[in-house]
Amino acid sequence: MKEMTYKDAINLAMSEEMRKDKNVIFMGEDIGVYGGAFGVSVGMFEEFGEERVKDTPISEAVIVGAAAGAAATGLRPICEMMFMDFITIAMDNLVNQAAKMRYMFGGKAKVPMTLRLPSGSGTGAAAQHTQSLEAWLCHVPGLKVVTASSPAEAKGLLKAAIRDDNPVCFVEHKLLYKMKGEVPVDDEYVLPLGQSYVRKEGTDVTIVTYGTILHRVLEVVEEVEKEGISVEVVDPRTLYPMETQTIVDSVKKTGRAIVVHEAAKTGGLGGEIAAMISESEAFDYLDAPVLRVCGLDTPIPYNRNLEAAVVPSVEAIKEAIYKVMNRK
Amino acid sequence: MALTKEILMEMYLRMNHARHFEEKVAYFFSRGMVHGTTHLSVGQEASGVASAMALDDGDLASLTHRGHSQAIGFGLDINRMMAELLGKETGYCKGKGGSMHIADIENGNLGANGIVGGGYCISTGAALTQQYNKTGKLVLCFSGDGSTNEGTFHEAVNLASIWKLPVIFFIENNLYGMSTHIEKSMNIKDIADRAKSYGIPGIIVDGNDAIEVYETVAKAAEGVRAGKGPVLIESKTYRWQGHSKSDAQAYRTKDEVEEWKEKDPIARLRKFMIDQGMATAEEMDEVEKQAKENMEKAVEFARESPEPPVESVTEDVYA
Ligand SMILES: Cc1ncc(C[n+]2csc(CCOP(=O)(O)OP(=O)(O)O)c2C)c(N)n1
Repeated sequence: MKEMTYKDAINLAMSEEMRKDKNVIFMGEDIGVYGGAFGVSVGMFEEFGEERVKDTPISEAVIVGAAAGAAATGLRPICEMMFMDFITIAMDNLVNQAAKMRYMFGGKAKVPMTLRLPSGSGTGAAAQHTQSLEAWLCHVPGLKVVTASSPAEAKGLLKAAIRDDNPVCFVEHKLLYKMKGEVPVDDEYVLPLGQSYVRKEGTDVTIVTYGTILHRVLEVVEEVEKEGISVEVVDPRTLYPMETQTIVDSVKKTGRAIVVHEAAKTGGLGGEIAAMISESEAFDYLDAPVLRVCGLDTPIPYNRNLEAAVVPSVEAIKEAIYKVMNRK
Repeated sequence: MALTKEILMEMYLRMNHARHFEEKVAYFFSRGMVHGTTHLSVGQEASGVASAMALDDGDLASLTHRGHSQAIGFGLDINRMMAELLGKETGYCKGKGGSMHIADIENGNLGANGIVGGGYCISTGAALTQQYNKTGKLVLCFSGDGSTNEGTFHEAVNLASIWKLPVIFFIENNLYGMSTHIEKSMNIKDIADRAKSYGIPGIIVDGNDAIEVYETVAKAAEGVRAGKGPVLIESKTYRWQGHSKSDAQAYRTKDEVEEWKEKDPIARLRKFMIDQGMATAEEMDEVEKQAKENMEKAVEFARESPEPPVESVTEDVYA
């Protein structure tokens, strides 16, 4: 174990996989000498050279499309979108090409690529640099969508993403980059994809959440526990295809469920998870309707106070807990 | 790679296969046996076939939505192609791809593409793999004139040029993107001129002349293989049929179509072979007969092939 930041854990995951497998290459805008817009890849250019750490022009479509073409022919590219928002420009290559190649070609293609996507608000960068677009990606069969909410998870899950034979979208909330935590330095520390995870056990209510907002939820949980409400926190980690049994089992135990995420509410994952719970055997155990606490349906504003108001607040999360507990 | 009689006879066979293949497809379509849509390349056979045949073993190619000639030129099996069009399990994509997605990735065929311009980035990435692994192989990226107005054309050609990737961008300029004449979609006459912006060679070929197409691609391939970076080839040709099944062709005149039919690339290759004394009329007749018979067999194979099991519908979403 070694204490390091989330950002360094990602760097370590990529570096370890590149040392291990010559087919792993890394592409993106300013990821070389500059070290990436968020400094995630500092030092990698020096270690691996320009043949494997490839600075690209500002061309999101070809970054993703070339990764798909390289992956289909034997390499395992990792690419960084400078901001998740720019995935919109690469959407054809991700959604119509990379995600479908295997299926559409009768199962004979493999597209082992990893797309790293810095997401989320809280940086004051306003509407075009702060989105959480994971729900879009989760609507595309053939893609995998993964999030990590701690440095150790970032390392373990990213390594799994790189080793996976499918296109994996790895969503990194920017506010987590500087977060520190103990990270296993073992080369083979890999966390499985497609496995939801009970982050904290509890008995009265289940909260399903992921990313930065998970940390806010944990704060709230600590507070309400002082009032005698025990909350179980489940992090799906792989948002798509999501392993749902862990969530269902948790709701069967607690009888109450809330989904919390930063992304806009309408069409978001919260609705999907709520519906999944209602359709599952956990329905008969529910003592209250499943609630969603999500981002407002607005673009992310620039003003600091407004920006903070878009994302689920401590109060909103708390209120939802009281509501499902009938404690209002 | 000299153009031997053997290669030319094979080219002639494949061009005939392509023509008959599409005649069958048109027939099946009219009978409701092929569904979805399909884009025929009748008239473009020299362009699609001769260019793909100029590749070496192990080279790769990505195809367009109008990709039947390109696929046959690349050496794909007409039985399995026909089976794919009928949606059969024996098809190249187990019936899941159809006309616009025929692919054989294991053997370097990166697939036809239903997205106009969809092959540019994929080809560039596949070329990166060849460069990275020093395979000495290249990628032939087929595309249409209209697709060069997509942003991906510019991103991919630019990236390939700065990284000196082994890819030939082979643009089949058949004058129209669906109904839109190139004069209405770009402010230049020759697409080859676009190569200048990326500092790579832009070459124009007569796309109805199989010999010229073959020799140009083979020559370009030498430089590309030697690491000199990509080349753009503009193949001037024409499609005789409408864009797809539902096209009244109000955007062009019958005279124009007839004029181009006079430039039939298949008849032209036949005449060339006979005029050069490379083959007799009887030999050429024999190839034509063979092509027809092969196509009947392909149809039979496709018809008799099983439907894919319904349970396969959720298979192969993930590796
Ligand atoms: C991104 C995209 N836009 C539009 C279409 C619809 N479409 C299919 S083929 C075509 C014309 C393409 O023209 P060109 O690239 O010149 O190729 P050609 O059909 O002439 O072979 C259009 C508009 C599509 N399939 N994909």
